[in-house]
Amino acid sequence: MGVIPLSYVDLLLAATLVLLLAGLSVALSLGITRDLLIGALRTGVQLLLVGLVLKVLFAHISLLWISVMALVMVAVATREVYARQSIPLAGGWGIGLSAAPLFVSSFTLTVLALLIIINPDPWYLPQYAIPLLGMLLGNAMTAVALGLDRLTSSAVQRRNQIEARLALGHPWRQAMSGLQRDSARVALLPVINAMAAAGVVSLPGMMTGQILAGTPPMEAVKYQILIMFLIAAATGIAALLAILGAARRLFDERQRLRLDRLRSVP
Amino acid sequence: MIPASPCQGQTITELATLTVIIGTVITILEIERFASRQHGLADVPLSSVTLEIRAGEVVTLSGPSGCGKTLLLRAIADLDPSTGTAALDGKHRDQYSGPDWRRRVGFVATESAWWTARVGDHFMAPPDSGELSALGLSAAVLAREVAGLSTGERQRLALLRSLGNRPRIILLDEPTASLDHDTTLRLEALVRAYVASSNCGVLWVCHDLNQRQRIADRAFQVHGGALRPVDKSESQWVLSH
Repeated sequence: MGVIPLSYVDLLLAATLVLLLAGLSVALSLGITRDLLIGALRTGVQLLLVGLVLKVLFAHISLLWISVMALVMVAVATREVYARQSIPLAGGWGIGLSAAPLFVSSFTLTVLALLIIINPDPWYLPQYAIPLLGMLLGNAMTAVALGLDRLTSSAVQRRNQIEARLALGHPWRQAMSGLQRDSARVALLPVINAMAAAGVVSLPGMMTGQILAGTPPMEAVKYQILIMFLIAAATGIAALLAILGAARRLFDERQRLRLDRLRSVP
Repeated sequence: MIPASPCQGQTITELATLTVIIGTVITILEIERFASRQHGLADVPLSSVTLEIRAGEVVTLSGPSGCGKTLLLRAIADLDPSTGTAALDGKHRDQYSGPDWRRRVGFVATESAWWTARVGDHFMAPPDSGELSALGLSAAVLAREVAGLSTGERQRLALLRSLGNRPRIILLDEPTASLDHDTTLRLEALVRAYVASSNCGVLWVCHDLNQRQRIADRAFQVHGGALRPVDKSESQWVLSH
């Protein structure tokens, strides 16, 4: 059984619902009309463009082009992580400590899942590789952004406490242990909640999509479980790498707290 | 009360050095052409400080606020980057790790900071009741919450917390700013007793001329971006013209 195809008229019908919401927002002067319309427009344009890219990618299966696509995805995710932090680390370190954890965790786990678990032929078959990487990257991105934002902003906020411990001769790792724990918890909470609520509160998007496309529910469920575990692992690895790396970067070779390495201290 | 263990935490070589030079003046801390680099090289208020602190002496540092006293203390404690050289017990600072140096050069900030709720959790080894009562505190204070203490109580506990490391040098940044007169005298006496028993040195930022007279063996005044030795009873305004 295939999926029932949607026409552009169908999409326009759905779009009028968003327009109605926009009208309501004007009437109630909620001040979010502009953002709402821009967001809706971006959804339409970005997804249609990605659809075209994927169409080409699926038609000509090439490891090179898939890699290019994957790197572009990492670059965009990195930019997003950097933009979501209120006080990121300055310069190359700020970008590197966002990019490297995303790259390492989502690439490693995607390749691992493709080669060992799912085993498509060829292993980089884009129908599997691209959506898988996208899901891991998207979740890891949120976690890294949340974790780094908490780490750097609470280092600024709790500077006196950290320096009181340093002044007593505590090593930097000990002086930062509470902050690192907090940041890791903040980063991982969304994925832990998602796992706990999966299927009970909400049907995860990928599984819904597969069921709509006619996949038997048990097959869709098995894929969803696999994806959830991969997401949890990718998120955890990326967030921990980013938090440990950034915490290290906040101290110099004499283990002094160097808030001047942040982009701007308010 | 205060353990008389002047040489705790030192290596055999350091002990040997100490023994050789006993009878002469022992320099503990030596800084030369020293300055904080926290604000970048251009605008450091105290841009080149040369100073030595000897065993068993209290050196005071006075000057208008904003003249760089706290920055200097932070730099000596190696909490901020600095230029120039610093040596402790004849060994250059690079020969100590950051945490080692800061255990030996104990910095007590004007405003104490606490990272968990309970007072006692901030001490590696709880201070003995003698030390506590010398500062007008009871042993029960260790079980209390930091949030329930007065600023003055916190300040006294922060000093004890630092003394727990048995530092060779204590850097005190206006430690009695929030204390009443009686408690101020008690804190001065405790520091004096610690200095006498451990033969350590103290660099004490103080504003109060009476306090300077009571505690200083040598006194310095910040003037025109440099340290000037002053008579400890001299008014800080004498130098201003």
